Amino acid sequence: MEAFKNFTGLVAPLDRPNVDTDQIIPKQFLKSVVRSGLAKGLFFDWRNQPDSQFVLSQPRFEKANILVARANFGCGSSREHAVWALADFGFKVVIAPSFADIFKNNCLKNGILTIVLKPEEVDAVFAAIKAHEGYRLAIDLAAQKVSDELGWSATFPIDAFPKRCLLEGLDDIALTLIHERLIQSHEAAHPVTYKL
Amino acid sequence: MAAQTLFEKIWNSHVVHEAPGEPALLYVDLHLIHEVTSPQAFEALALAGRKVRRLDRTFATLDHNVPTTDRSLPITDPDSKAQIEMMRKNCRDFGVTLFDLGAIEQGIVHVIGPELGLTQPGLIIVCGDSHTATHGALGALAFGIGTSEVEHVLATQCLWQAKPGSMEIRVDGKLSNGVTAKDLILGIIGRITTDGGTGYVIEYRGTAIEALSMEERMTVSNMTIEAGARAGMIAADHKTVDYLRGRRYVPAGAVFDRLAERWLTFHTDDGAKFDRSLTFDAASFAPQVTWGTNPGMVTEVTSKVPDPARFADATSRRAAELALEYMKLAPGTPIADIRIDRVFIGSCTNGRISDLQAAADLVKGRKVAPSVQAMVVPGSQLVKIEAEQRGLDRVFKEAGFEWREAGCSMCLGMNPDILKPGERCASTSNRNFEGRQGKGGLTHLVSPIMAAAAALAGHFVDVREWVRR
Repeated sequence: MEAFKNFTGLVAPLDRPNVDTDQIIPKQFLKSVVRSGLAKGLFFDWRNQPDSQFVLSQPRFEKANILVARANFGCGSSREHAVWALADFGFKVVIAPSFADIFKNNCLKNGILTIVLKPEEVDAVFAAIKAHEGYRLAIDLAAQKVSDELGWSATFPIDAFPKRCLLEGLDDIALTLIHERLIQSHEAAHPVTYKL
Repeated sequence: MAAQTLFEKIWNSHVVHEAPGEPALLYVDLHLIHEVTSPQAFEALALAGRKVRRLDRTFATLDHNVPTTDRSLPITDPDSKAQIEMMRKNCRDFGVTLFDLGAIEQGIVHVIGPELGLTQPGLIIVCGDSHTATHGALGALAFGIGTSEVEHVLATQCLWQAKPGSMEIRVDGKLSNGVTAKDLILGIIGRITTDGGTGYVIEYRGTAIEALSMEERMTVSNMTIEAGARAGMIAADHKTVDYLRGRRYVPAGAVFDRLAERWLTFHTDDGAKFDRSLTFDAASFAPQVTWGTNPGMVTEVTSKVPDPARFADATSRRAAELALEYMKLAPGTPIADIRIDRVFIGSCTNGRISDLQAAADLVKGRKVAPSVQAMVVPGSQLVKIEAEQRGLDRVFKEAGFEWREAGCSMCLGMNPDILKPGERCASTSNRNFEGRQGKGGLTHLVSPIMAAAAALAGHFVDVREWVRR
């Protein structure tokens, strides 16, 4: 996994709560056997309606790499394709008042930062996007801070371990295999209970 | 030892390594795999030159993509076919047991786990599928994971997990006649909302839960993810032991007796503390029908489509408006006036033998309304075989239902079983998200008997009136 680098990026607003992973990437794109090229499936049904007013159908948000949405973003299916599609489109950060657990884990494994802000802070971001064409936010993971060029800023919580994984781009499996002997002793004490 | 919850018992006994401020490294006893969320994991494993660590704890099936029509015909969708072929190749190359099409063990991953006795009390079970919560009904800790985590478990048989909170949902009393486990869980999600369980593992307890059959418990636990929770669980008891006895992967004789004794310890000790507790009265639940685009948007069959204007805050008001716009429903419409075009009975929520039996009992001797296309998709080949032995296939076919082969089918429409735009469906599945059953399809989640009654009437009906007759 690539290490997460601080950056300043264009913010796209998705003003809905409970955005589920079926919306983020519909089923027909789950038949892929690779991780790449899924941007075309991102929010496919919402982007591909006649005269779609959907945020990502608007040319001014084509280059967005930060997505802001409402509570419980990424609920539903565990499909990691949702995260691969967001990444393939160019998103590096998603901001919301809360995230579904599996989605949040999947983001972490792909170097995408999920930022939880308070609902009123998320309101402020939505308002700022409306007021300022081309609204950008600067993301500083080490300082756990988002800020804009107008002087607004907010801090966000993140556990120490995922923060380190993102900052250092750690390979999970290598990290786990450091504990090989502990895994072996657990296995020795817990044989399978199946009639094989 | 201090009193422990069921969740703590399983969690604590699976921690391989733990350091302050870090997630725990947990050992995974059973890893279930299907064709959709595993190809990229196997690819990465091969690239890194890694093997599957425990072939005796890893089992694969084909379910999401498979056609439910004649299995002797070739699969027409080239992408589905490629994914199925990839699963076969990966299982061959890595030595993983695959329950392939044509095998009697094949079926929806969350139906076959318990059915084959792979799911056992006290185990940690994962699968690249959010409905893995189902297996918690047998006193296991079971949760869905993403593909990167599938790769991690294949390679290490372990998983890094931050410890969730524990939540108790107590349901006491008796469910009314015609009110099923599906109505109970839909009603609970309606009350606690679609993210009411986020960050928690939910244990369902109380006299109403104890009274449920094993398959009913699976229905309840299955939909835990729809409340956002990491996992659902129900204590193991004598019903659990009886359910598992004699199943394909369950040992017999003295080994079984020793196992059963241990399984019965997987319950919450008296005096153990939960981080959050909720209590409901079973008698307060009526048959449920969803009206919106997530499972928390649900009401009673005797009720009306809600008015978004009555929602408390701007965000939920807007969400309700968007949902009704998508669902082509007007506020104030009586639920019983909603006419349907399609009926789907099946899925990992409601595709088990008792679900099909209950629906068949209601359908017997009646006819599907002429305007309705209805189908029954057994959750597994074993369910299908048993249903056919009981003659349920004939009951359904005589009533005008289609009788299909096992798979996920129209729950998520990855195979050819989908709704056309604007078609309205009474479905026993678990998600009513926009387009879930086909782009522009309109899904209402209900119990198997509610779906069966809707198929016959052509619109939703209060099934309590039918079962009383």
